[in-house]
Amino acid sequence: MKNFITLPNQQNTALLAVRNLSIELPSAADRDRAVDDLSFDVREGEIVCLVGESGSGKSMTAHSILGLLPRGVRTLAESSVCLAGEQLVGLDDARMRALRGHDVAMIFQDPMSALNPLQTIGRQLAEAIRLHDGGRSPARDLDVRCVAMIGSVGLPAAEQIMRSYPFQLSGGQRQRVMIAMALINGPRLLIADEPTTALDVTTQRQILDPVRGMQRERRMGVLFITHDFGVVADIADRVIVMREGRLVEQGTREQILTRPAEPYTRQLIDAVPGRRPRAGAGVQGASRRVTPPMLEVAGLHKTFVSRSGWFNPARVVVAADNINFVVRAGETVSIVGESGSGKTTLGRMIMRLTEPDAGTIKLEGRDLLRASGAELRAYRRQVQIIFQDPFASLNPRQPIGDAIMRGPIAFGMPRADARALTASLLERVGLGAAAIPRYPHEFSGGQRQRIAIARALALQPRVLISDEAVSALDVSVQAQVLALLEELKNEFELTMLFITHDLRVAAEISDRVIVLQRGQVVEEGSSAQIFGAPQHAYTRQLLDAMPGKDIFVHPGDAVRSACGHSSSPVV
Amino acid sequence: MQALIRSYLRHPSGIIGLVILLVIIALAALAPLICPGSPWDSVGQPFMPPDSPGLLLGSDSLGRDIASGIVHGASVSLLIGCVSTLAAVLIGLAIGATAGYLGGRVGDWLMRFTELFQVIPAFLLAILVVAILTPSIRTLTVAIALVSWPQLARITRAEFMALREREFVQAARCQGESGMAIVLRQIMPNALSPIIVTASLSVANAVLMESALSFMGLGDPNLMSWGFMIGEARTMIRVAWWMSAFPGLAILLTVMAINLVGEGLNDVLNPRISRR
Repeated sequence: MKNFITLPNQQNTALLAVRNLSIELPSAADRDRAVDDLSFDVREGEIVCLVGESGSGKSMTAHSILGLLPRGVRTLAESSVCLAGEQLVGLDDARMRALRGHDVAMIFQDPMSALNPLQTIGRQLAEAIRLHDGGRSPARDLDVRCVAMIGSVGLPAAEQIMRSYPFQLSGGQRQRVMIAMALINGPRLLIADEPTTALDVTTQRQILDPVRGMQRERRMGVLFITHDFGVVADIADRVIVMREGRLVEQGTREQILTRPAEPYTRQLIDAVPGRRPRAGAGVQGASRRVTPPMLEVAGLHKTFVSRSGWFNPARVVVAADNINFVVRAGETVSIVGESGSGKTTLGRMIMRLTEPDAGTIKLEGRDLLRASGAELRAYRRQVQIIFQDPFASLNPRQPIGDAIMRGPIAFGMPRADARALTASLLERVGLGAAAIPRYPHEFSGGQRQRIAIARALALQPRVLISDEAVSALDVSVQAQVLALLEELKNEFELTMLFITHDLRVAAEISDRVIVLQRGQVVEEGSSAQIFGAPQHAYTRQLLDAMPGKDIFVHPGDAVRSACGHSSSPVV
Repeated sequence: MQALIRSYLRHPSGIIGLVILLVIIALAALAPLICPGSPWDSVGQPFMPPDSPGLLLGSDSLGRDIASGIVHGASVSLLIGCVSTLAAVLIGLAIGATAGYLGGRVGDWLMRFTELFQVIPAFLLAILVVAILTPSIRTLTVAIALVSWPQLARITRAEFMALREREFVQAARCQGESGMAIVLRQIMPNALSPIIVTASLSVANAVLMESALSFMGLGDPNLMSWGFMIGEARTMIRVAWWMSAFPGLAILLTVMAINLVGEGLNDVLNPRISRR
């Protein structure tokens, strides 16, 4: 797999040449080496995607290039990282600082923590220039350059952005500011460490397009780290697949995506959601019998008003504007929309965690907004929710078994029974009863989400709401959790409300899809209708923004397969 | 519980603190055995330097044994420090947790009430309370508790407000747990570390405040205390340094030991640190 390195001419044209890179982890880690004997090139004007699951060492590789490895982690002596012929391993700090941000720039996953909250965007951008030109540029030039740069990453009203503080911008705007900051000194190599993970599809598109555009314009080399093959399909020239610190395979985008040599690569590609659109719902819905409505939402309104002081005008955000829909028993309905579309608030209102301003929510005909006290508790038992962030939704100071059995105990189940139930549920979600006394921090993100699922099921609910439950997970883990949810849904006869920004996930799991924009339902229909023949412009826009849609999703398939076999099991 | 003790025993600075604290507690408990007789009695010449015959730590201006004063003073300092802090923690937790969990108007009013205490300089308030109620060990404790709870209430409220919105708390609500169970099981364990650290500092603070009040002559007139000893010795520090140095050292060691124990507890109660 590493025989390619001997080609000498390739070494000459490479902008970044990584050879035999090995990174040693501290002795307490789960494996000796984060990265083991990795070699690859990034050429000028080329986007190389480094793909792998969490823990595959892809981020470590990226960080080692800029000498940003955490304490206790070191690069082994035989490693070589050359940037345009200059050896970066063991480079002294002063030279490395000069390179960072000037020749090599990096963008990170979380744009909020990478920007200084107390400085305007303009100041931070100007500082990036000043650091590398020795403060020689006159202030007016700096301004002009910054404004031009902000414009070129596709942000409108550049002057206004310059005067803004990071908290005044949206996640997508902040990430684009980060890109502007990274590119402002015209680096030859850009390293992007999962810059679009956890962003919704349209925002993701707003990041990928400028990266791609700027890269073409400037003939920049880009090392793009991601776990999402959809993103790979959109931007990569070449792809490197990593697993547990080792190179699995590398090749051009077409090679890897259409003719992967290694089964592991195949597996990762297969994990991309939305490749097997659900068939069950059918175009005419002929095969499906009509079940009674489980959840009825009518005329739901919610407006958030936040005041920042007595005399300042209040900020008004409409989260729900006359929302009406029905979910029938046994159905899986997806609510899709961008961040800020009100989909999470909708879930919270159904859980009675947020009180709506007006409207009714009925569960099997009973109005829940009037329920209180004992009635509300009984209701909560029937509707359960899985939250997005598996790290935040489990109490770090509570053993996970306790977290699961508390619910049944609160509803009067004897402790021993609750414990047995917990053990069987943990077994069912694939963790085993041995996990009962362990604490959340001992589990990975995917495992924690399984725990959260077990906790929700412990109360034997009728309706399960999943609020972006798989959005924070790796694509391969996502596929497993989706498959688990699908199985459990049938096993426990659940009705599922699936809140997601990822249309690919919605396509895979749902019978029907409801598209939400700024608190309004803009389109509703079967999966096949929404994906095959979207009516509303906003739906089409969302579909267009889907990463990897050219290769992975063929809307027509949904309609065609709908007529064929019914409800294919998810792998 | 056993696991907690075992993991505490692996915490080096916590052990050091605990050992020092246990020694001080033992001294306080065994005072009548170690130094029989009243610490107020003159037992030798005044101004004897340390290591004089029969006077390990020297004597003061009236010929009283410094060592006896320290040993007998330990119980007063510890008692006032611990009881007043316990009272302050109870008041602070109750008010802070209610204000933080309920929020809204109730929370606002509780915080206005807390601020009422915070705007008065703590030491002045303590002096005032002790002076009005006549100095005794009970009034000293009340006064010190009264001025130390607002800080604990504020910290508790801040923690509760932040934790109330966390997803695991919402999940517990969805699971049908009652408000009390959520407060005790979900929020409290996660809010505990800053409260423990503040409380251990507050014990130290109470020891110091008792000393300061005694120094000003507002201590319990029947009980020897470290602060009283330092207060007595202040005018003679240049001729008899030992009179203030040893009680001062005792205060320093006690405060440090309590802080170390607090820090140790804090680490042990955090599964992320203790269960590596």
